[in-house]
Amino acid sequence: MAPMTIELQPGFADKVLSAQSTFRTVMEAMARPGQVMVVGDEVGGPSSMMPGVAAIALTLLDQETPLWLDEAFLRAPDVGAWLKFHTGAPIVGRSDAASFALIAEPATLPDLASFALGTPEYPDRSTTLILQVPSLTAGQTFHLRGPGIDGMTALTASLAPADLFARLSINEALFPRGLDVILVDGRSLVAIPRTTRLASSGV
Amino acid sequence: MYVAVKGGERAIENAHRLLAHERRGDRDVPELSLSQISEQLGLAVDRVMSEGSLYDRELAALAIKQARGDLIEAIFLVRAFRATLPRFGTTEPVDTGAMRVQRRVSSTFKDIPGGQVLGPTFDYTHRLLDPGLAQGGDPEAPALAETSDVPMPRVTDILGRDGLIEPSPAAETDAPVGDLTRDPLSFPAGRDLRLQNLARGDEGFLLALGYSTQRGYGRNHPFAGEIRFGEVEVEFVAEEIGFAVPLGSIELTECQMVNQFKGSATEPPCFTRGYGLAFGQSERKTMSMALVDRALRARELGEDLIAPAQDEEFVMSHSDNVQATGFVEHLKLPHYVDFQSELGLLRKLRQEFAEANAAPALKEAAE
Amino acid sequence: MNAPTYNFAYLDEQTKRMIRRAILKAIAIPGYQVPFASREMPMPYGWGTGGVQVTAAILGPKDVLKVIDQGSDDTTNAISIRKFFAKTAGVETTTSTDAATVIQTRHRIPEAPLRAGQVLVYQVPIPEPLRFLEPRETETRRMHALAEYGLMHVKLYEDIARFGHIATSYAYPVKVNARYVMDPSPTPKFDNPKMDNCPALQLFGAGREKRIYAIPPYTSVVSLDFEDHPFTRYKFDAPCALCGAEDSYLDEIVTDNKGSRMFVCSDTDYCEGRQAAGHRGTESVAPHKEAAHG
Repeated sequence: MAPMTIELQPGFADKVLSAQSTFRTVMEAMARPGQVMVVGDEVGGPSSMMPGVAAIALTLLDQETPLWLDEAFLRAPDVGAWLKFHTGAPIVGRSDAASFALIAEPATLPDLASFALGTPEYPDRSTTLILQVPSLTAGQTFHLRGPGIDGMTALTASLAPADLFARLSINEALFPRGLDVILVDGRSLVAIPRTTRLASSGV
Repeated sequence: MYVAVKGGERAIENAHRLLAHERRGDRDVPELSLSQISEQLGLAVDRVMSEGSLYDRELAALAIKQARGDLIEAIFLVRAFRATLPRFGTTEPVDTGAMRVQRRVSSTFKDIPGGQVLGPTFDYTHRLLDPGLAQGGDPEAPALAETSDVPMPRVTDILGRDGLIEPSPAAETDAPVGDLTRDPLSFPAGRDLRLQNLARGDEGFLLALGYSTQRGYGRNHPFAGEIRFGEVEVEFVAEEIGFAVPLGSIELTECQMVNQFKGSATEPPCFTRGYGLAFGQSERKTMSMALVDRALRARELGEDLIAPAQDEEFVMSHSDNVQATGFVEHLKLPHYVDFQSELGLLRKLRQEFAEANAAPALKEAAE
Repeated sequence: MNAPTYNFAYLDEQTKRMIRRAILKAIAIPGYQVPFASREMPMPYGWGTGGVQVTAAILGPKDVLKVIDQGSDDTTNAISIRKFFAKTAGVETTTSTDAATVIQTRHRIPEAPLRAGQVLVYQVPIPEPLRFLEPRETETRRMHALAEYGLMHVKLYEDIARFGHIATSYAYPVKVNARYVMDPSPTPKFDNPKMDNCPALQLFGAGREKRIYAIPPYTSVVSLDFEDHPFTRYKFDAPCALCGAEDSYLDEIVTDNKGSRMFVCSDTDYCEGRQAAGHRGTESVAPHKEAAHG
């Protein structure tokens, strides 16, 4: 096969300040599970990658973060090259060796137990999952509780996989081990850390 | 009437201005130059480079000048600067066997290939203060000889040829080089990280620990197999070029201790190793380091863990003088909020104590 | 010579990313100490290097920074750290708890309630609450893994046996989200209740010990105690001599050589705010204000 020349999309216009403001958005999201936060800074990225995912990747990934990509991201011609150029993160085949996993098509999300879940002594050594989901504004309503939530909060979203919260219930049994998830829809993002529990869900 | 204390900002500025004044000292005395420090206080510069983990004589000299000769403060200045430097990669391992030796002594063999070379040393000087030096003046020129091309194999290599000493662990060339300044330390730590910790560790701390092993706190029967000091080449493989290019040369001191032998039903007995390496001429440091390195191998070699020098967590957690001095000296920061809390509790406990002890007396009086 | 140049907020971007990742994990696992590759900072270990690294990793140009030590904006170490960020990040600084978006603190939690969106960054000397009972990290890490906190309860109970009280008045251990026992840093136990269900995010940085931990907003933080010896907040006998506050933590000031004492708010912003609002104590006089902090 002839080598393909790919015109790589730029990342942040201002690497330092955009990474800072994106981080604060992600930090606020992690601190307030279920609340929709919006990435404000302009960011370039591959066409199959939502701007929110691109911004998170530019903010948190580097040579020290083994990265796992789902089939859809692996197949997209420009994603691997863009990530390598802008972040230097090594792309790994084993999901349980990844610090981060980027998932373009979460409907085909593998078994959650295949990711790194941390150890009892070092529960932080776990994979952070970043999922591109259909919508964080319309769909089913999920009532969530846990640290970061004042009583209860409602998240209205169309999720993939549809049984995501049921699958995330492993977090309850595993705690303090577990998986932290960031859901992304365009520039919007919602964090579901391992402490968040589904109180109820309805249409 | 009470006025809250204010004006800390001006106080800090004035304190630092006064510090600069005191550092300069009497302005009628000529100011020290960096080259004077580098040339004439060379061993201080070596220590600051070693424990500061940065090979730069000029910066180390600057740090010593700025720190008014306080070497731990100078090490701190160098470390803080080093932390901001970009990383380009790691060099190839240096070959101390190819060292251009200025000094080399072994206590295990009377004569060795390449010979014993005393070189510049305080050894065998009579420690008599030299009034001549107070006057200044140039010393005699050194006695010189032809440089020799005779190779100087390491004594441990000679022992190793006959299998009398355990082999040096082979480097896994693909494995990343551990670096405790970039990754948080967890225990148990590999020997690479232990040696890095010791190389950066406080000379006085290592000296005391090494000494303690000699006095029986984790004794391991050391012989100074070899101490060598001289210049080695540093090479770097740049990815774009694909082969090693020399970056220059550095001065190193290496100490290889030959220790207590080990053996088992399946392995013939052989001597074990303790290793020390430091920038510049740092013999006390490398010898102490080699003793402590060997002591820290106790678990790996199946020895009883009975002494502080064998306790990896204890040694590695307390060897760093920049960490230690920071935390010891932080006690001079204000603690009046927590002190107040203790004061309140103590007063309450004392009051209860007084009441409790007064009560029986009252009771007796009533009877 | 290699003249140094420095990045926004001093730390290089790779270091910031490493710290940011640790902060996210810390928030996800409330009260758990995340190891991080603490850098050597241009200030001594034990003087706030952990807090400074956390602040440097989160701070942006839109932030308004407040730095307090012992509750006061004007203690020398607070001034030094505030100046460091004013210089390296060019951020606006303030002494007002309410106006601040990021507050770095040593040994106190401000008296004024914190609000959602604020971040409180604590400087922590010894992050491990079990350290003085068990010096080995390998052991304490195992105890946290198993939630095996019997040793701590034994210690507190021995206090009661010996003194009739739990003899811990600061750095009083808490349990976060009903799981991890955590050291709140050497804040007086008076401040412990403020950590519980707090709307602000609380981040803890221990530079020398290389640990970051967090309490997310609205998280349960319970001071350890026993049913028959419940946790009590330290109560002062007198109101603040300057502003008359009866609900604040007080510094004891020795006023002469005869042992005379007076008590004034340790939180200078709170005290000045109350005085500005007309509250008066027995020794009231408007403290002179220094020119705007750098």
